[in-house]
Amino acid sequence: MSLSYLLEQTLNGVTLGGLYALLALGYTLVYGILLMINFAHSELFMLGGYVGLGVLKLLSDPATVKATGLGFLEPIQAFFMSGTVGFVALLVATFGISAIVVGILGMVIERFAYRPLRHAPRLAPLISAIGVSIFLQNAVLLWIDSKQLPYTRADGSAFVTAQTAFTIGTVHVSTMQVFIVVTSLVLLALLDTFVSKTRIGRAMRATSQDGEAAGLMGVNINSVIALAFFIGPALGAVAGVFNGMYYGSVKFNMGFVPGIKSFTAAVIGGIGNLRGAMLGGFLLGIIESLASGFVSNAYRDVIAFVVLILVLIFRPGGLLGEAVAEKV
Amino acid sequence: MGGTKTASTPTNGSKGSTRSKTLLYVGLALLMIIVPVTFQAATGLGFLVRILVVVGIWVLLALGLNIVVGYAGLLDLGYIAFYAMGAYAGVLIGQSFSSVLGGATYWVMLVPAAIAGAVTGLALGFPVLRLRGDYLAIVTLGFGEIVRICLNNNIFGLTNGATGLPKGGDQLVPPFGAIWLQDHVRFDTPIGQFVFSQNLFWYFIVVLLCIIAIIVITRLDDSRLGRAWVAMRENEVAAAACGVNIMTQKLWAFSLGALSGGVAGVTFAYVQQFISPESFTFMESVFVVCIIVLGGMGSIRGVIVGALLIRGIPDLIQGLAVAGVLKLPGSAISMISGYRFLVFGLLMVIMMAVRPQGIIPSSRRARELRPDDERQLEEEDQTMWDVEHREQVSVHNP
Repeated sequence: MSLSYLLEQTLNGVTLGGLYALLALGYTLVYGILLMINFAHSELFMLGGYVGLGVLKLLSDPATVKATGLGFLEPIQAFFMSGTVGFVALLVATFGISAIVVGILGMVIERFAYRPLRHAPRLAPLISAIGVSIFLQNAVLLWIDSKQLPYTRADGSAFVTAQTAFTIGTVHVSTMQVFIVVTSLVLLALLDTFVSKTRIGRAMRATSQDGEAAGLMGVNINSVIALAFFIGPALGAVAGVFNGMYYGSVKFNMGFVPGIKSFTAAVIGGIGNLRGAMLGGFLLGIIESLASGFVSNAYRDVIAFVVLILVLIFRPGGLLGEAVAEKV
Repeated sequence: MGGTKTASTPTNGSKGSTRSKTLLYVGLALLMIIVPVTFQAATGLGFLVRILVVVGIWVLLALGLNIVVGYAGLLDLGYIAFYAMGAYAGVLIGQSFSSVLGGATYWVMLVPAAIAGAVTGLALGFPVLRLRGDYLAIVTLGFGEIVRICLNNNIFGLTNGATGLPKGGDQLVPPFGAIWLQDHVRFDTPIGQFVFSQNLFWYFIVVLLCIIAIIVITRLDDSRLGRAWVAMRENEVAAAACGVNIMTQKLWAFSLGALSGGVAGVTFAYVQQFISPESFTFMESVFVVCIIVLGGMGSIRGVIVGALLIRGIPDLIQGLAVAGVLKLPGSAISMISGYRFLVFGLLMVIMMAVRPQGIIPSSRRARELRPDDERQLEEEDQTMWDVEHREQVSVHNP
């Protein structure tokens, strides 16, 4: 139990925390506005990983082009596979396309599965969301692959190789870890600014405080909700691609456990509170990482769930949130 | 005289409906005996009885969860944890006493399994039941996962991890009479040899358990407790203001549901002769919720129909096809098992949008789930007006 081991586990925890924070934002955005748990969010995270893999293969894997017969992609691939500019463009394209595709899917789900239930009793949208989640998981299982897919080119080389960025003492920090933490922090800061500074952000806050009153003041509630269902899943998709790159594979059921834990993170921070979700994400990542390193790796999920139960019992409002009284 | 005539007409009508109801129940009872016996007698179809047993266990599970979700309105996404508790308690305790108890092991083990379920329900329910609906759903989900992971990691060296129980070589003792019936009741029929197999024995046990559960739940529904549940489900604050002790009622619902889950669990363990954490995943919990949602929350008939549709029909079709009775191509058979969950997911979404009250809705629950239905509201207003008006009339008349 040396200091460097502690440092290493904390570092892993921060990286994991970045992923949780990105996912937790999706839960908290939707919960803040609609007071519903978007159970399908974890599946959108999973789909983000798959879309990202598809884009990476199409743009930088010659074998995929040969197999699919999309010859026109060859010159495009040549650009993306050459030099630093190409590499950065590849990353931007992967994250961008994945975020947009999954974001649109999120809006579609909201339109067809949740919007008709907006005035239904509270359990109805939750059950509907569980249905969407089961559907998406099985769609991937049946129509893509039931096995784990490696996040590599056909020849087994990784799209993004993890080099050591710098070392602290004996602990190596990889570029991937830096990349994940920095990107998630930047995205979180951007979202925070967007919600607190812009006109649309103000509309979102108004809707979350009182949807009906906001509607009377001229806010288009439907588009605000649709926007929340775009941003949340888009961030989730980014986390999904990161997850694939960091852990090296994607699978149809990979979303479930991170999904529940990110919801835990959102609750820890105070659900409905964006900064709380970030704080909760990093906190849970570190707790889980330290617990798996020092207590028991087999029980790491149990520890995360126990944290969830304890937070809900003792501080249901979360660290940064306020206790919400039941409205009569 | 006119009064007597009008009074006698509805009595006649209700007599007729009682008779047709009795006929219906007798018909159903006969069907429930004839179908498994026919399966058992027909050559090569005996395994279908086993499927019916499993369906019966799921009916029992769904009836139990229905108390929690349908009556008390608490969404429990970790219900399978109580099922697991019952199964593991029944097997672990049963194995230590089976030399003493012999054929009575299963029957005696119903008690510790029920207690294990109910105590787990109380222990979980006491701290978490004050949470709001969707928080409760997530916490119970987390609890279900905790139980599964602990079982999987061979907690306290008891559960034998992922390999399951009983450990290699050991066997669970079948209940009294099962072996005797299997050895002595056999005769030839035109469709094959009938043997009173252990599966058939279990089938009747499970049906018996379901009937007991249905009677208990029907009585509960009409009791003070049942009315308190409805009041609490419709509006917790109003119910509390009217003197319903919310926490007690919730704990009752939660522990009764868990008790029923424990009984189903031990039955499952002794039928399968084997349990492993794989049978207690989150998907199984979702399965039970799905049965209730599709069948009709709070409706006993709905829940039974839901279990038959979701658990029974796909398995039976698949079984018949595999046995070669139904001529289906191999691709269609694998389609049934593969696309099952996909279809369930879609069905849950569609049901919530189109018919949130389920296939056979409970009459009370339907009204709650479709409050926006204007005609219904108007009807309710009309009845209220009638009531008020009649009171006025009766006050003024004398």
